[in-house]
Amino acid sequence: MAATVDYAALKKGGFMRQKQKGYFSLRLQVVGGNLTAENIKTVSEVAEKYGQGYVHMTSRQGIEIPFIKFEDIEEVKAELAKGGVNPGVCGPRVRTVTACQGGAICPSGCIDTYELAKELNERYFGRELPHKFKFGVTGCQNNCLKAEENDLGIKGGMVVTYDKPACINCGVCVKACREGALTASEDGILLDAEKCNNCGRCVKSCPVDAWKGESGYIVSFGGLFGNKIYKGETIVPIIKDKETLFRVADAAIKFFEDNAKAGERFRFTLQRVGEEKFEQVIKAAAAGEESVF
Amino acid sequence: MPEITFDAEVDITDKVCPLTFVKAKVSLEELEEGEVLAIRMNDGEPVQNVPRSMKEEGHQVLKLKDNEDGTYTLYVKKVEA
Repeated sequence: MAATVDYAALKKGGFMRQKQKGYFSLRLQVVGGNLTAENIKTVSEVAEKYGQGYVHMTSRQGIEIPFIKFEDIEEVKAELAKGGVNPGVCGPRVRTVTACQGGAICPSGCIDTYELAKELNERYFGRELPHKFKFGVTGCQNNCLKAEENDLGIKGGMVVTYDKPACINCGVCVKACREGALTASEDGILLDAEKCNNCGRCVKSCPVDAWKGESGYIVSFGGLFGNKIYKGETIVPIIKDKETLFRVADAAIKFFEDNAKAGERFRFTLQRVGEEKFEQVIKAAAAGEESVF
Repeated sequence: MPEITFDAEVDITDKVCPLTFVKAKVSLEELEEGEVLAIRMNDGEPVQNVPRSMKEEGHQVLKLKDNEDGTYTLYVKKVEA
């Protein structure tokens, strides 16, 4: 039997070979960190019936069910599917899209991270690439989801504008800003755009809504947090619309697909091929142009 | 600018987050709708977060005064939910 096992195919389907011969740890697809109660019940039943009655929570919001026997794989997949649970993926492809709770739940959130995670997942999940590729979506500068660890990280932010007539000069925003970007003056509040990091705390704290915030996406590229550690880098200013965001993400993935060697993470492709070249591609995509590379 | 008149005051400089907000909220609960509470708090995390929490609770923040001794006083008018 062992000679006919296609481990690559199993890995693609989320089955991780265990140390224990004939056993697999089944990785499940958990988009944006959310599961329904029904999903959890199904996972629980499968873990009891086919595994050893426990699950492992992965570092990227996933669930794995260890100790699934090789011969049970098809049956397990079918039972999970009945409860709306799908296997995840391992190997050289786009992985589960992770997300914090975001603006739909968290008072600090600047964007709806879960909606975006689902959209990214639909667009990219499982896409074959030269190496693994991770997306992470975090709702604000608190960065609970650690956007810059990912090959492509998205962080919610706000482009803020000041409505002077509405301002009561209470002074709250000046203290709420952690970047020192706001100063109180005779002429109202002054914003130092150079210092503003788009956190939106002025908007969230202003008692009279004299600060208006337009939500947007701060995108970082080439993060790694494994054998090598690199912080993803931001290339273009905060992106205000989803269409542009997807155009930029498409361009980044295409660059990776076209330029990476097999088994090379995005960061190393960028270093080898030239970060300037990639910057041009991303700037062009953000400006609305089709990629020229 | 005229001094803000207030109905009650509370000092939360002896508390750390999240008890700063809890102490302020308890004081506010003793007030009637429309009354003003003066909350004295430390610079740093309290002054970054307490005003915003008051707004999120639906109260009306009027003014944040720098006491120039490392503390601030926040004036909040009670709004019933």
